[in-house]
Amino acid sequence: MKTDDLIAVLALEPGPTNPARLNSRIGLWSGSGALVAAVVAVVAMGARPDLTQWTGLTSFLGKAAYTLSLAVAGFWLLDRLGRPGASPWRAVSALLLLLIGGGVAVGLELAQSPADAWTALVMGRSAMTCPLAILALGALTLPPALVAARRLAPLRPSAAGAAAGLLAGGLSATAYGLHCAETAVSFLVIWYGLGVLATTVLGAVAGARVLRW
Amino acid sequence: MEDFDLQIQALIALSLAGDGAAYGRLLTLLAPRLRAYFSRRLSDGADAEDLVQETLIAIHTKRATYDPTLAFAPWVYGIARYKLIDHYRRRGVRRHVPLEEAGVLFAETDTEAGAVRSDLDRLLSQLPARQRGLLEDVRLRGLTIAEAAPRHGYTEGAAKVALHRTMKSLSASVAADED
Repeated sequence: MKTDDLIAVLALEPGPTNPARLNSRIGLWSGSGALVAAVVAVVAMGARPDLTQWTGLTSFLGKAAYTLSLAVAGFWLLDRLGRPGASPWRAVSALLLLLIGGGVAVGLELAQSPADAWTALVMGRSAMTCPLAILALGALTLPPALVAARRLAPLRPSAAGAAAGLLAGGLSATAYGLHCAETAVSFLVIWYGLGVLATTVLGAVAGARVLRW
Repeated sequence: MEDFDLQIQALIALSLAGDGAAYGRLLTLLAPRLRAYFSRRLSDGADAEDLVQETLIAIHTKRATYDPTLAFAPWVYGIARYKLIDHYRRRGVRRHVPLEEAGVLFAETDTEAGAVRSDLDRLLSQLPARQRGLLEDVRLRGLTIAEAAPRHGYTEGAAKVALHRTMKSLSASVAADED
């Protein structure tokens, strides 16, 4: 087929395309994944017992604010990496600020506590299971995020996959917060962070395969 | 060259608003630039022409990823460069493709006509005969849809739908080939 003929065929279908629809699609798909992860966290793992009380609820919401902002950073980054010519640097800076903010919060919490309380603050009761549980829930939130992201045109599929993994990990960590009763900031930043990181790595590996176009 | 940037910027806006003529003109302007870009980087002219067509199809199927608040030229350049890297990867060649200014794509022209046989002949041959006949009549022999439709047992409306579907399946088989 001659290129001119191909052009004639393609020209049968000009726009309209709505760039914003790609984003709502990613939001919708990953939101559905998050909902499934939340149900699994509550039904299979069990909701934290104090979730219906004020202290438990505020603890959950505080943790969710941090993990959800990681998800939003991932969403933003995915959008930028998925559009050729768009710059990801503002999204990267936002993510760095979140990570630095987390580090500062850990420092403040530990500085304000006696040294013999540090182990309890950092390790909590579930340091070993927490990242694995977040990764397991991430296996529920990552596939829909990647499926929706296949409509994008990432020039670096693995980087876009990592961004999708950050989005999925932030959502699965938020869902896990419904189950996990740990309250220390240090625990949140370190172990939730590790779970989100693991999901991000999984996303990068998967993205290198499924986000090619 | 700046004129060219402005021109394609205006044409993409019209295209996204549904103007098929502007869209055809946009792709017609881009094709020789893409051909020059790929020809300089590949020894095989047929490969270059395949990449031109793949890039045009990618521009088409991925056009929703173009953010209208940004410049159009870097978007096209990003896609062309990705297709080139992908071409090397499929051939098992590890080659560094330097990231250049998008302007490099539009600084180069190539007057050589792009009448090179390509994978698309094979793709076309996979289409059902009626659809292929209709497509060839309308797009290669220059018949109007109204003229071509009855020759293949379509009403005019059905012919439009069939052309639309043919287009879709062409894009889809190219996408599947890349997997």
